[in-house]
Amino acid sequence: MSSPHSVPAPRRARTILLFFALLFGALILQSASAAPAQADEVGTEYDFYFAGNVKYDSEPLEDVNITVEGNGYKADVDTDAEGKWKIGVPEKGTYTVTLDEETLPEGVIVAEGSASVESEIALTNSKIVNYFLGEGVRETTSFFDQFVERTVNGLNFGLLLALAAVGASLVFGTTGLSNFAHGEMVTFGAVMALMFTNLQLPLWAALPAAVVMSGVFGYVLDTGLWRPLRRKGIGIVQVMIVSIGLSLLIRYVYLYFIGGGTYQLPGAGEAGINLFGSVTLSITDMISMATSAVVLLAMAWWLVRTRTGKATRAISDNPSLAAASGIDVDRVVRIVWILAGALAGLAGILWAYFRPGIKWDMGTQILLLVFGAIVLGGLGTAFGALLGSLIVGLLVELSTLWIPSDIKYVGALVVLIGVLLVKPQGLLGRKERIG
Amino acid sequence: MSSNSSSQSPVKTTGLHIGDAAPGVAKVDPIIIADNVTRTFGGLKAVDVEHVEIPRGAITALIGPNGAGKTTLFNLLTGFDKPDTGTWTFDGTRLNGIPAFRVARMGQVRTFQLTKALGLLTVLENMKLGAQKQTGENVFSSLLKPLWRKQEVEIEERAMEILARFKLDTKKDDFAASLSGGQRKLLEMARALMSSPKLVMLDEPMAGVNPALTQSLLDHILNLKTEGMSVLFVEHDMHMVRHIADWVIVMAEGRIVAEGDPETVMQDAAVIDAYLGSHQDVDLGVVTGRISGEKTAEVEDLLAEIDAEVGLTDSSAYIADTPTDDTAKEEDTK
Amino acid sequence: MDWEAILSNTASWLISPETIAYALAALGLAVHFGYGGLLNFGMAGFMALGAYGYAISILTFGLPWWAGILVGCLASVVFAFILGIPTLRLRADYLAIVTIAAAEIVRLLFTTQVFDAVTNSADGLGNYHEGFRAANPFPEGTYGFGPWTYNANGWWVRIFGIGLLIIAALLVWLLMRSPWGRVLKGIREDEDAVRALGKNVFAYKMQALIIGGIFGALGGVVFALPSAVVPSVYVTSLTFFIWTILLLGGAATVFGPILGAVIFWVIMGFLSNVLPAMASSGLLPFMSTTQAATLRFIFVGLALMLIVIFRPQGILGNKKELTFVKQ
Ligand SMILES: Nc1ncnc2c1ncn2[C@@H]1O[C@H](COP(=O)(O)OP(=O)(O)OP(=O)(O)O)[C@@H](O)[C@H]1O
Ligand SMILES: [Mg+2]
Repeated sequence: MSSPHSVPAPRRARTILLFFALLFGALILQSASAAPAQADEVGTEYDFYFAGNVKYDSEPLEDVNITVEGNGYKADVDTDAEGKWKIGVPEKGTYTVTLDEETLPEGVIVAEGSASVESEIALTNSKIVNYFLGEGVRETTSFFDQFVERTVNGLNFGLLLALAAVGASLVFGTTGLSNFAHGEMVTFGAVMALMFTNLQLPLWAALPAAVVMSGVFGYVLDTGLWRPLRRKGIGIVQVMIVSIGLSLLIRYVYLYFIGGGTYQLPGAGEAGINLFGSVTLSITDMISMATSAVVLLAMAWWLVRTRTGKATRAISDNPSLAAASGIDVDRVVRIVWILAGALAGLAGILWAYFRPGIKWDMGTQILLLVFGAIVLGGLGTAFGALLGSLIVGLLVELSTLWIPSDIKYVGALVVLIGVLLVKPQGLLGRKERIG
Repeated sequence: MSSNSSSQSPVKTTGLHIGDAAPGVAKVDPIIIADNVTRTFGGLKAVDVEHVEIPRGAITALIGPNGAGKTTLFNLLTGFDKPDTGTWTFDGTRLNGIPAFRVARMGQVRTFQLTKALGLLTVLENMKLGAQKQTGENVFSSLLKPLWRKQEVEIEERAMEILARFKLDTKKDDFAASLSGGQRKLLEMARALMSSPKLVMLDEPMAGVNPALTQSLLDHILNLKTEGMSVLFVEHDMHMVRHIADWVIVMAEGRIVAEGDPETVMQDAAVIDAYLGSHQDVDLGVVTGRISGEKTAEVEDLLAEIDAEVGLTDSSAYIADTPTDDTAKEEDTK
Repeated sequence: MDWEAILSNTASWLISPETIAYALAALGLAVHFGYGGLLNFGMAGFMALGAYGYAISILTFGLPWWAGILVGCLASVVFAFILGIPTLRLRADYLAIVTIAAAEIVRLLFTTQVFDAVTNSADGLGNYHEGFRAANPFPEGTYGFGPWTYNANGWWVRIFGIGLLIIAALLVWLLMRSPWGRVLKGIREDEDAVRALGKNVFAYKMQALIIGGIFGALGGVVFALPSAVVPSVYVTSLTFFIWTILLLGGAATVFGPILGAVIFWVIMGFLSNVLPAMASSGLLPFMSTTQAATLRFIFVGLALMLIVIFRPQGILGNKKELTFVKQ
């Protein structure tokens, strides 16, 4: 991307077209191999399957959740009224089959062996996995251990959320755009990582390549869409709705190419290392946290120390004044878009490991948390977004100590509304001027 | 109802104050009395008024250099902003904590420094919006036209009358967005009059109005007084202030530094010192920076830093000075 | 390709319950955004409350069907208050973010296992049709003409929905020609100016939020009437489709939202028939039928972008009366 502003318009347009052509070409290649993997009957389209029958005292148990995970594949199913379950898998190999003890009736536990077993489909096309259930009290982890584990998870999530939020906040600060397509920029990183790993690139090359592509994506969006719209002098609300259209468009392009299934990156969901008590942390988690922290520090340094970074903050503060003082606003905004794209892409990859899994509409989930973090920190201040993200991340994970995990995002969103009630300008924002 | 005062000097109202003209002097018949009103933004004390009284039935000018806190004081008095401390009364009623729309209903209307014409409403609709106590503005009675038809006709008549006075009647069906800047100022003022206010507060009514129109605008302001309204207006143009104001209040750095009738205030040492400086002969309306943004301390610092590093303020030089590998460097930090 | 079947299927979308439901919701959004300038991105939440309010009051509390509709509307009024009180005093973009977040909260609460006994969590609710169908004034049997041939229940849902839509449109028309509508439009342009003229801006915005919200809830009810209530319907995409419809038809118009809904669903219906047919007959190479069906949603996104950029006033809007002149 050397001296992008000197590229004449037609050539630039062609570059963009070429970029997308290559991109979709690559996606088409893999959409053939990656069929969607989710249906009501789990994995029935595959030739191989695990099955079993969950009974206690010869009585079948309904709605017991079983998960099969391994070889980059994950699926779960609830037992039917006869206690039966069946999960198809795409290939032969060793999988981890887990019975969720939480879904067993009160007072029933897995008596012999573990609730989580390694099982291999080798010679036959199927494998029966049964559990021996007995009476007993579940061993629960201590509250303190849980608290520590959730806190660590929350930090991990908060940090990766911050990557996305800082980018979105810089975009908001410099252009005034609440970018509803930011969630799709997050997904983009994950989808690119999936594509590159499917193209058999090693992880150390695939992931950075995905981040670079995400930066290019940010650049392409700015050059191909946002800058022309700025030139056209289109109103802020209008551009915001354009971003909604873009979000729909990109989201369904993902659905088109990767289908409705969930995909895993290599190394996702690996076993954790026991730190102390029952607190475990996987290598991926550690690398993820370290990466986020380092990148965020680099961002902070960039904002505070470099000329472009300072210019970025100056524009966020007062665009017309900054422009009048000789800052090349267009150039700064372009850099901001590239950064926002790359950061969002990185967040997407890390999130794909954290969730775990890559899905076409995963972006819509994180978008609201990103917005929440930004509003919490005060619209348009990058450091506010960082702070807001950490709070949201911790809140989401810690709230599961008290509330069921399927409404864990509710807590964060409620707090967002609450903060607006008390401190409308966010935690670090300032009031607007009237008159 | 048009006035011919353009040719002669307007009649000044005198004898407004009790005792010596000094900052915070008591008035014979004050319409606004404010005490100890302060407002800070971060570390900046934008308004710090110990005591001020605005006389009734007169035209009072509020002057002061850019950033003196005039607009902020307007915002505070009209309920658009909340002060840190202070109490003030309008027509004997305490206004602390009263929301802006109630203040307006009591008869204290204002205009804005940056004109707020309602662009996608027609000029006539803009005017009608100014009328108070409309039955049809209630969500339930609005559904039944017979309930508000008669009132609507009356309002329209009044609106046309005022529009004619402001020479905007031919534009009644145009969108306000299509008016010129000066015409919008006129419309905003005309709209304010629709509510038959007791006190009209005008924030820089003359800014951006072409010289041909200023005279008629001045006449309109003088007319308000003849009709028994009180006027408080902010203005940078000293000629205008001298021409129409009965009383002048001078602000600097949030404080009231001088008060008095126009002639004496212009001679006041504090005013010359704080405001006019050595440029007394310069028309200050020209000096006023009417840009949309305000320089905050932070921006200034940032810009200074950038300037210091670049050593240039010229924009083209800045681009040339910027190495393109900057972009690549950013990518490296990942 | 069976063109007759495709065209007939397409034509039936003209008065489908979905079309009517979306038109109602879009009309509500017109009150919010088109006339009041309120950036409500939580229309899906209002619709969900309408639908669930209706279904739950019948299934759990045994209320008659018309009371169910009232409960749905009441729920949306409460929702409007909860949304409005913290945000209507704030900047427009805060409302956008809070409404979209609140709609997601609503959806998650209807999806979670916690309230399974009442909401049946992710599977949703059904079998609440008895009361409404018993009130059907139309004779038994299947009648109509051409593509618009339905049974008695089908007609009852459609006519009832169209009736609601007509009442809603009439209300919007009456409101917007009145001084109340003038204040609301003024607030859209610049709320501080309107405040300075002595209008209680907050109250007007709240009233607009409630009125539009009720229309949204009614849309949810009409959506639920013929079929079932499933939480996965009320995602943010639904809100965005309603926005597309509103902007397509014309944001500050009475008939725009209705026209927009009809065009939207007719085109969507057409594409959902024609694209898979083309794919399976080999006219769209490299494409499975599922992919071909996905294609139309890509077009929706593209259409939304193009409308907003090139014809922001929509089909029926006045060229001069661009809703978006504000920077
Ligand atoms: N919302 C705000 N946030 C931060 N600072 C503000 C705000 N509003 C005003 N200020 C600051 O308060 C001071 C007074 O501003 P104000 O607008 O009242 O000045 P003014 O006398 O009206 O100036 P002018 O003649 O240029 O209109 C200025 O330094 C301004 O930067
Ligand atoms: Mg001012």
